[in-house]
Amino acid sequence: MSATSVTGLAGVQPAPPDSDSGPDEHLLDLTLHVWRQAGSGAEGEMVRYAAPGISTHMSFLEMLDVVNERLIKEGKDPIAFDHDCREGICGMCGLVINGVAHGPQAATTTCQLHMRHFTDGDIIYVEPWRAGPFPVIKDLIVDRGALDRIIEAGGFITAPTGSAAEANAAPVAKDDADLAFDNAACIGCGACVAACPNASAMLFTAAKISHLAALPQGQPEREHRTLAMVAAQDSLGFGGCTNIGECAAVCPKEIPMESIARMNRELLRASLKRGRSKRR
Amino acid sequence: MTVAPEVPSAKPPTAAPHAPPAEAPREAPTRWRVAPADGAALDGHAPSGPITELWDRHRFDMKLINPANRRKNHVIVVGSGLAGAAAAASLGELGYRVSCFCYQDSPRRAHSIAAQGGINAAKNYRNDGDSVYRLFYDTVKGGDYRSREANVYRLAQLSVDIIDQCVAQGVPFAREYGGLLDNRSFGGAQVSRTFYARGQTGQQLLLGAYQALARQIHVGSVTMYSRTEMLDLVVADGAARGIVTRDLVTGEVQSRTADAVILATGGYGNVFHLSTNAKGCNATAIWRAHRRGALLANPCFTQIHPTCIPVAGDYQSKLTLMSESLRNDGRIWVPAKPGDTRSPNEIPEADRDYYLERKYPSFGNLVPRDIASRNAKEVCDEGRGVGPGGRGVYLDFSDAIARLGVEVIKERYGNLFDMYERITGENPYRVPMRIYPAIHYTMGGLWVDYNLMSNLPGLFVLGEANFSDHGANRLGASALMQGLADGYFVIPYTLANYLATAKPPPVGLDHPSFKASESDVAARTGRLLAIGGRRTVDDFHRELGSLVWELCGMSRSAEGLTKLLDQLPSLREEFWTDVTVPGMGAELNQSLEKAGRVADFMELAELLAIDALHREESCGGHFREEFQTPEGEALRDDDHFAYVAGWEWSGEKGSIEPVTSGPLPTPILHKEALRFEHVKFSQRSYK
Repeated sequence: MSATSVTGLAGVQPAPPDSDSGPDEHLLDLTLHVWRQAGSGAEGEMVRYAAPGISTHMSFLEMLDVVNERLIKEGKDPIAFDHDCREGICGMCGLVINGVAHGPQAATTTCQLHMRHFTDGDIIYVEPWRAGPFPVIKDLIVDRGALDRIIEAGGFITAPTGSAAEANAAPVAKDDADLAFDNAACIGCGACVAACPNASAMLFTAAKISHLAALPQGQPEREHRTLAMVAAQDSLGFGGCTNIGECAAVCPKEIPMESIARMNRELLRASLKRGRSKRR
Repeated sequence: MTVAPEVPSAKPPTAAPHAPPAEAPREAPTRWRVAPADGAALDGHAPSGPITELWDRHRFDMKLINPANRRKNHVIVVGSGLAGAAAAASLGELGYRVSCFCYQDSPRRAHSIAAQGGINAAKNYRNDGDSVYRLFYDTVKGGDYRSREANVYRLAQLSVDIIDQCVAQGVPFAREYGGLLDNRSFGGAQVSRTFYARGQTGQQLLLGAYQALARQIHVGSVTMYSRTEMLDLVVADGAARGIVTRDLVTGEVQSRTADAVILATGGYGNVFHLSTNAKGCNATAIWRAHRRGALLANPCFTQIHPTCIPVAGDYQSKLTLMSESLRNDGRIWVPAKPGDTRSPNEIPEADRDYYLERKYPSFGNLVPRDIASRNAKEVCDEGRGVGPGGRGVYLDFSDAIARLGVEVIKERYGNLFDMYERITGENPYRVPMRIYPAIHYTMGGLWVDYNLMSNLPGLFVLGEANFSDHGANRLGASALMQGLADGYFVIPYTLANYLATAKPPPVGLDHPSFKASESDVAARTGRLLAIGGRRTVDDFHRELGSLVWELCGMSRSAEGLTKLLDQLPSLREEFWTDVTVPGMGAELNQSLEKAGRVADFMELAELLAIDALHREESCGGHFREEFQTPEGEALRDDDHFAYVAGWEWSGEKGSIEPVTSGPLPTPILHKEALRFEHVKFSQRSYK
């Protein structure tokens, strides 16, 4: 099933922007269609579950917790899904909900999405990230180790413990520091890859390149970092960017498309200087 | 007990009957034994001399390992948060062979990532009177005199190096327009010593450590094992020599040998079920190390954060913290009369009780965390709480918005307000936030000496997993500081000294201790899967959590703790006869993972209650209702309790078989006396 074919089946309603005391609690009767897959080699399928009596105050993952509790009590196998901090910062959770990575609310991870954005009777399709470099491990859990490999290839500043200069020795213009932070906010959830029709990781890679290239500490390895990280993402099977922008649209931390443009400039710059580097 | 002769810190168990504690005879029935006085006292191994020179001297006195020999040593690091990632990266850089383990899918996701506020350092960039000594002083005093002075002084010294290190890694701290680092005052401190990166300081510091770790993984000095959980510590011939792990994808159980084992596995806050910890945070590593002989210190020192979003319903899976900085501008109140169900904006000033401002006129809404928390509980107990279930108080920004304008408030707290609205569906610019305290941090943990080594030779414990630096109460923005100090700047020295002096002999997987640990782990897994009962793991976790929160949470009493100690064994027994864990061991099985962790929480909860019952004083995060001043403030008893309580597992240490019926074997109390030579005892006052 393609990730976009089910968009719009459920009547997703954004929260009213001017609500004062918030909507009162309601109970929803929902129907879920969830991707079940026993293991990485197994065939998967969408399985239908009735989910009655879901409180509008629940988070999406709490709704799945409730469904799982019911499944366990019926002697059935619960739905496996990744999650940890449940406050939108660890990047562990990530589901494609009705065809949209992390679901209908902008700038929101799956764990922070709440059921008040759904209405009674909704049919909700829940799928894992789908991308070649993210093989399914079980049900909704995928292996995102490829993102770690990209960072390992060069997404760092070489500063062995103990070697640092006094922190205020190198001032950083506030605008540069802010730019660095905006990009450093990436939580590595992989939604950008899941949303991209090319399964490109360029928003992820560009965020780290932009973060470190904006800082004086990042300059010595600037070219090497860009070349190494881009080579790594290409070798891991991620696709290229064709400027569609689905990645930035689903990014829970609102990393902008502009970062990809910056990465491309960095790549051009690094390629021109490449001859001088002996580093592998 | 497996203690090598060169570490005379813990007394071997003895069959002799124990006399009641001579120094403090008490009538209450005890559920613990005090180790015999002769030689049982714990020695923190802090060097002697002027406190300002201790660490420098100690660094010189410790032995080194030749660079060429470091790679002959294999070191296991469990956990990849600030302490674990910093340790693994630094040790990898030095040339040790390091294996690092985390249960998440990537080391970048450890729960350090969720810390919001900031990190303290005695840089004195603000010229406002800060110094290493002042940070040391504030930390000892803030910890209510239950920490080790030498450790805390070292922490304050290292704080300045941490900021340098993190800036060099590219951590995007907040900056002034002149390009220099910005600071703010945090948690009521009188100096501005907190460095921050918007509301995501923990995330940025962790990514810095993660990237340093990634560099070592790439060059091959560190081997990373993600989605792998430690299920046992292997103690062979008296020393920590390896671990047993379960691959969370395949279910494969494996033993791994090492010359030293470092636990950086975080705190045990999820014993309360609902806490601000991540769902996966667990105490399995430290609890199983405890079962193998490591002392667990001061478990009753748990910290409650006053500003969390209240519980919405039974399905609640965790609690979300709202940064403490909100109290700088928000005013806390509840209706003056119980049962006032009007919406907050309809309640006139005369019918509101700004109880913190009323009771603590000089500190008002900025009283320390424990005082703010207890007062919130008190007004809710009086029936004046607000929101679903009546467990909440208002945090109101309307005055601040009227004074400063909505734009200023948006700039200061916009992210937090957005997060609040996302979770509750309420707009805090128009309606007061509702907040309630929640468990946030655990000061207790495995006992360690000045070298961060437990009583088991070769077992080091870093970060929140140890008990060392925060005493009975941690100051805001000090958790990140301690994790990084331990990982970057302490363990590289003390580990080398251990390896160079103890010279652990080769050990193989054929050693009987490895075989025993493996079969224990397999037996536990098999047992959990075979019960086939009616109740889910989460159901038991919820019941455990509500019991411990109710009877051993914000305030504690002998009566409540005794009740808790009576109820825990039967709950545990029910767990081991009626839990249902679907699926198999040899597959990805999240129910099985949770079941193992909850089983350990059930045992740890009992020791937590015993520690809380034995500590007949109030201090820091431990408030005993019987011990308070006439004004209702915590009343310390420095004559009887100025010590670290290190608890020894008195049962069989050759096995980690669960205790499925009756109470835990009566634990043995080892005391480490605390001496305060620099920071003199004084009682806090925030009136």
